[in-house]
Amino acid sequence: MQNIRSPISQRVMKISPSGIRRFFDLVSSMEDVVSLGVGEPDFVTPWHISEAGIYAIEKGYTAYISNYGLLELRQELSRHLKSRYSLDYDPNSELMITVGVSEALDLALRAILDPGDEVLAPEPSYVSYMPCTILTGANFIPVPTTVENEFKVQAAEIEKRVSGRTKAILLGYPNNPTGAVMDRAGLEQIAELARRHDLIVISDEIYDRLVYGVEHTCFASLPGMKERTIYLGGFSKAYAMTGWRVGYAAAPAEFIEAMLKIHQYTMLCAPVMGQMAALEALREGEDAVKEMVMEYDRRRRAIVKGLNEIGLPCFEPKGAFYTFPSIESYGLSSDEFVERLIVEQRVLAVPGSTFGECGEGYLRCCYATSLSDIEEALERMRRFVSSL
Amino acid sequence: MKEILELLEKDARLTAEQIATMTGVPASEVKKAITKAERDRTILKYKTVINWEKFGQEQVWALIEVRVQPQRDVGFDAIAERIYRFPEARSVYLVSGAYDLAVLVTARTMQEIASFVAQKLAPLESVLGTVTHFLLKRYKEDGEILDGEEKARRLPLTL
Repeated sequence: MQNIRSPISQRVMKISPSGIRRFFDLVSSMEDVVSLGVGEPDFVTPWHISEAGIYAIEKGYTAYISNYGLLELRQELSRHLKSRYSLDYDPNSELMITVGVSEALDLALRAILDPGDEVLAPEPSYVSYMPCTILTGANFIPVPTTVENEFKVQAAEIEKRVSGRTKAILLGYPNNPTGAVMDRAGLEQIAELARRHDLIVISDEIYDRLVYGVEHTCFASLPGMKERTIYLGGFSKAYAMTGWRVGYAAAPAEFIEAMLKIHQYTMLCAPVMGQMAALEALREGEDAVKEMVMEYDRRRRAIVKGLNEIGLPCFEPKGAFYTFPSIESYGLSSDEFVERLIVEQRVLAVPGSTFGECGEGYLRCCYATSLSDIEEALERMRRFVSSL
Repeated sequence: MKEILELLEKDARLTAEQIATMTGVPASEVKKAITKAERDRTILKYKTVINWEKFGQEQVWALIEVRVQPQRDVGFDAIAERIYRFPEARSVYLVSGAYDLAVLVTARTMQEIASFVAQKLAPLESVLGTVTHFLLKRYKEDGEILDGEEKARRLPLTL
């Protein structure tokens, strides 16, 4: 490598590797770790869905398919979005199936951004948002959110940062890592400013089904927003299908066409057997979703109560499966806190700073794990904080 | 109430406090509801599902089909009671189809089951005939898979 002049691209050099790698290495050599550090359901995929995937393989669905994805799945998805959010997306031109919502996000950003453009996104936010933006050559402008607003992004805070180069707003609600859910009024204000400044909105709603006691508002369903929104969704979280890698994008044909151009040269198509399983999920998976949501809700109550009791104050998250307790009063950085928590009590959480500067002073604790694990983790964390 | 019962059906060891936290219902109300359900026998019993093979204890199971002659006024109930009173009978169901009662029996040896059928069950007056099926392998018991558990294989840390 020494002979190659600047072997790695400037853009790639600009993004830093995920800071959690060292925690991963740390715990992989340990036994008896209770992990609140995961970002996926602990349920296995409901059997009827897995079985549909197996059946697809048996029947010979093992080849490439349309770049857009399986037509039946797009048609079913179109009906689903219509009945759930009163949205009209043409399955032939306004919907595409991707390799998880992660690919859809990457495609959306690459399809609309030029070097020097700016993307505004609330922070703390999902770890891919910034690097995927930077890889396009555009600039990522974080919009901090605070616990006082339950980590809902304020339209005024977004507007303050709008410049002549602002191209898009990137929203991720229900939010990973905070569990925040936007209410309709808040989203309407963002819609209004998107209209005023002629901005595109990329709305990552992968956690749309995981809300507790509140309604999820789909951004594209707000008046006038469908034409400027790239709506991203997937099957991973609601149906416990993370490993199947099936997501989708819904947007006006112009966007989908552009995204499809990249997709057809880079990915060809999402795996067909996964799409067959996803089709089964949409058709017959509703009961399983409701059951899992009910179970998450029980754990959510248990962990929120427990964290508050042991001196890790946290607001009540209404979505996803994360809590975001504050560790500010202990005088440790979130990185130090997490490292010591692993070493001293063998509990794994994710430092809030992983999700942006304003996540410093917090932890992300995932409650998609058994209640007994949650209770064990809480007891160990209690011992840890009382030793500080 | 329904949710409390569902939770206990899955995990009988949950305390009233835990259920209160999970459901948002005050603990005192949860306690009251459980006591009431225990008293009126909505909750029959708290049990443990055990894989005896794993413990090393052999256990023989048999599903016995029983054809019976129903009796005037009491139908199948009287003969069913004669059968379910035997402690050997783990479960007794009235079923539709080719036979009438399905009786699930456990014992330590095949011989014990054979003598239960020959000595106790078959000679009963209203019993017209029996067919005994010995269970060769138990795969799933009360919703629990006996070999291995259904658990997502996850990395300890993902974002």
